[in-house]
Amino acid sequence: MANPSIERRGAEEKLHLANNSYHLRFRSDAKLGWAYVPDDAQMTGGDAITVSLSRFQEALTRNDITHLGVRILPGEDVRLLQPYLARISLVELAFPTFRDGRNYSSARILREQLSYTGEIRAIGQVLADQLFFMVRCGIDALDLDPSVTHAAADAALSRFKYVYQAAGDARRPVWDARLSS
Amino acid sequence: MTKPEPLPRILNANDLATGDVVYWSGSKWTRHIAEAEMIADNDAADALGKTEMAARRVVDVYPFEVNFENGVPVPARYRERVRSLGPSVRLDLGKQAGE
Amino acid sequence: MYKYDDFDHAIVNARVDEFRDQVARRVAGELSEDAFKPLRLMNGLYLQLHAYMLRVAIPYGTLSADQLRMLAHIARSYDKNYAHFTTRQNIQYNWIKLAEAPDLLADLARVEMQAIQTSGNCIRNITTDQFAGATAEEVADPRPYAELLRQYSTFHPEFSFLPRKFKIALTAAPHDRAAIKLHDIGLELYKNATGDIGWRVFVGGGMGRTPIIGKVLREFLPQAYFLGYIEAIMRVYNRYGRRDNIYKARIKILVHELGLEEFHRQVDAEWADIQKTFAEPPAVELERISAFFVNPTFETIATPVAIYDDARKTNPAFDHWVERNVCAHKQQGYSIVTISLKAVGEIPGDASADQMDTIAALADQYSFSDVRVTHEQNLVLPHVRQIDLFALWEKLKDIGLASDNVGLASDIIACPGMDYCSLANARSIPIAQDIAKRLAPIERSTGELKIKISGCINACGHHHAGHIGILGVDKKGEENYQLSLGGSAAEDTTLSTILGPGFDADGVVNAVEKIVACFNTIKRDNERFLDTYRRVGTAPFKEAVYG
Ligand code: SF4
Repeated sequence: MANPSIERRGAEEKLHLANNSYHLRFRSDAKLGWAYVPDDAQMTGGDAITVSLSRFQEALTRNDITHLGVRILPGEDVRLLQPYLARISLVELAFPTFRDGRNYSSARILREQLSYTGEIRAIGQVLADQLFFMVRCGIDALDLDPSVTHAAADAALSRFKYVYQAAGDARRPVWDARLSS
Repeated sequence: MTKPEPLPRILNANDLATGDVVYWSGSKWTRHIAEAEMIADNDAADALGKTEMAARRVVDVYPFEVNFENGVPVPARYRERVRSLGPSVRLDLGKQAGE
Repeated sequence: MYKYDDFDHAIVNARVDEFRDQVARRVAGELSEDAFKPLRLMNGLYLQLHAYMLRVAIPYGTLSADQLRMLAHIARSYDKNYAHFTTRQNIQYNWIKLAEAPDLLADLARVEMQAIQTSGNCIRNITTDQFAGATAEEVADPRPYAELLRQYSTFHPEFSFLPRKFKIALTAAPHDRAAIKLHDIGLELYKNATGDIGWRVFVGGGMGRTPIIGKVLREFLPQAYFLGYIEAIMRVYNRYGRRDNIYKARIKILVHELGLEEFHRQVDAEWADIQKTFAEPPAVELERISAFFVNPTFETIATPVAIYDDARKTNPAFDHWVERNVCAHKQQGYSIVTISLKAVGEIPGDASADQMDTIAALADQYSFSDVRVTHEQNLVLPHVRQIDLFALWEKLKDIGLASDNVGLASDIIACPGMDYCSLANARSIPIAQDIAKRLAPIERSTGELKIKISGCINACGHHHAGHIGILGVDKKGEENYQLSLGGSAAEDTTLSTILGPGFDADGVVNAVEKIVACFNTIKRDNERFLDTYRRVGTAPFKEAVYG
């Protein structure tokens, strides 16, 4: 069966921002001050605007949004974004509770099936002990819960040197590492 | 029909570090149900449970009903009876065995 | 059996360090119980009625003698000299201290064991046929696949927060000893008409509150697509399984609500997508793993083995034990031995530290250091020379483990129930003990009879799959027991049917006795209880119990 080579995304650089935002790699647009437009608010233009999936089409029609982000709630289908990925600079994946794991699948579908290369950010209950899973699925920015220090995030993300599966990040599974060890 | 008198209640919990079943004596947690104190005020008991859990001494605090027999509280339900004694199938283990 | 390499060691050791850190943060107050509870559960640590309980994974029920000795050591050093083998082929300790749990896990890691995947809403410890690698029935040894699955599912980043727990069982023999149709995914390896080996994939089976028999999702899955296809099923479940109600969150409900056809369509669509990028471990990885499971160096033995046959003829007690506890091995002159952990009057599945040590020594001496755990809560020595059987039996007698009751009325599955388990509605163990005592005198003439007891609707005691199933319920604060008949966890899987109103503890034991007496009067020839039940239905048994 096809055994595609695993995409290597280069060395991950970290950029720590204010508001307990934690980035895993340098992005030129990472410093943008993203503004989320709630569903019941008037849509505005701007440099970096995030909207819900239900207002995404509306946002697409505007030409006064420079960088467009979309927020995906658990249960929403990221595959709907496929035709528009070139227009999307940020996908926020919501984890209203850490127990709701649906958006782990969303992250992998975006990275692996849809080849989305923009930022994927976890928002909501983003706790230290879930970060490893999130990043492995291809999430590369974390809006950490206020209780999580960046040091704790560093520790959580560096704990496991080896992983058993290929997923949405660039890490080699151990069966692949074994081939060359 | 008259409502039956509600039974007296006491608090139990598990010790955070050891997991051991403990009872509130009125001033501290004790391993011995005989030393447990009756709950006088439900709200106060609730608040006490929260404080004690926050203080990292115990987990899973909850009140349960007892009948006092010769001045000693005996849990009304089987579940708490097992907790106060130990497994009914291993009489050599747990509080019933003096552990 | 499988041996960790540096990668496996590094992963498990990192996990132990992580848990040590989490426990320290909990004790220091950085983690609340709410935040800590899911973390300790992900390391197999539960809070039960008397103390913390630690469940240790025994991957696909396979243990080395050294590992068993470590389990005995843990029983002595961290617990009260005993432990309990579960219906998931795992082992659990009942009196663990939180502060000691990290050291315990570090000890386990030294013998390549851990407590990952024994709790939480993840893919749980993989289970399989306890006779794997020893029975002539199988088309291939299922354990290398189980190990592939173990690695695949360990800390799976996408599937660690599923709607609910997820259980996978596999077998490679037509005779199902792993209850595969009662799992979220059941996998049966077989040879198709063109001589290729592949998987029949069952989905949506399970017990619990809503028992359902798994349905065939794919008649033949070529081995090369093994993990990718499972990933497709898992992804559909993770995305669309219900999360609004924990009783409806298992995959069986999703399959039921979508219908098998629609579920199948969704899995196929997902699979088509996944195949474009999914990296299936290459054949050399399966070969690497398989190399750990090659046959031990069996001797060439001429049969019949005269000493063995003579011992059977001259010693009826030994003969009875062989009849019940010894099964055919693929290698001439060898046998598979089941060690019953169901001595009449004892606690089903419990073993003392001393017993574990002795069994480990016997495994070293007689069975290539190989021990298995069965979902029926017994142990197995899979490769014993027939010439050694008599000596083995005598040594088992010395430690009270020579019960000749495998598959009989006193070989009862019982969950811990209200003697230990915080979710229980009623006790299971004393019911099992009483029934065993009551039926032991007539169990040989009664023949195969599987009695299974759960202390609550979670069905850890597999009562839905018992020829006679018993479920403990709470009736206004009193223990009460519901009887059901006609279940089976074998290849002819059926779910048991409730007989009628429940009983108190004495009542249910009496009722079981009446059912068995009734069976013994109406059975034909060599019918098993289950055959008779299937022939006559519930009516005569109802009459016997309630009439
Ligand atoms: S069936 Fe219920 S009582 Fe028995 S072990 Fe499972 S959860 Fe506990």
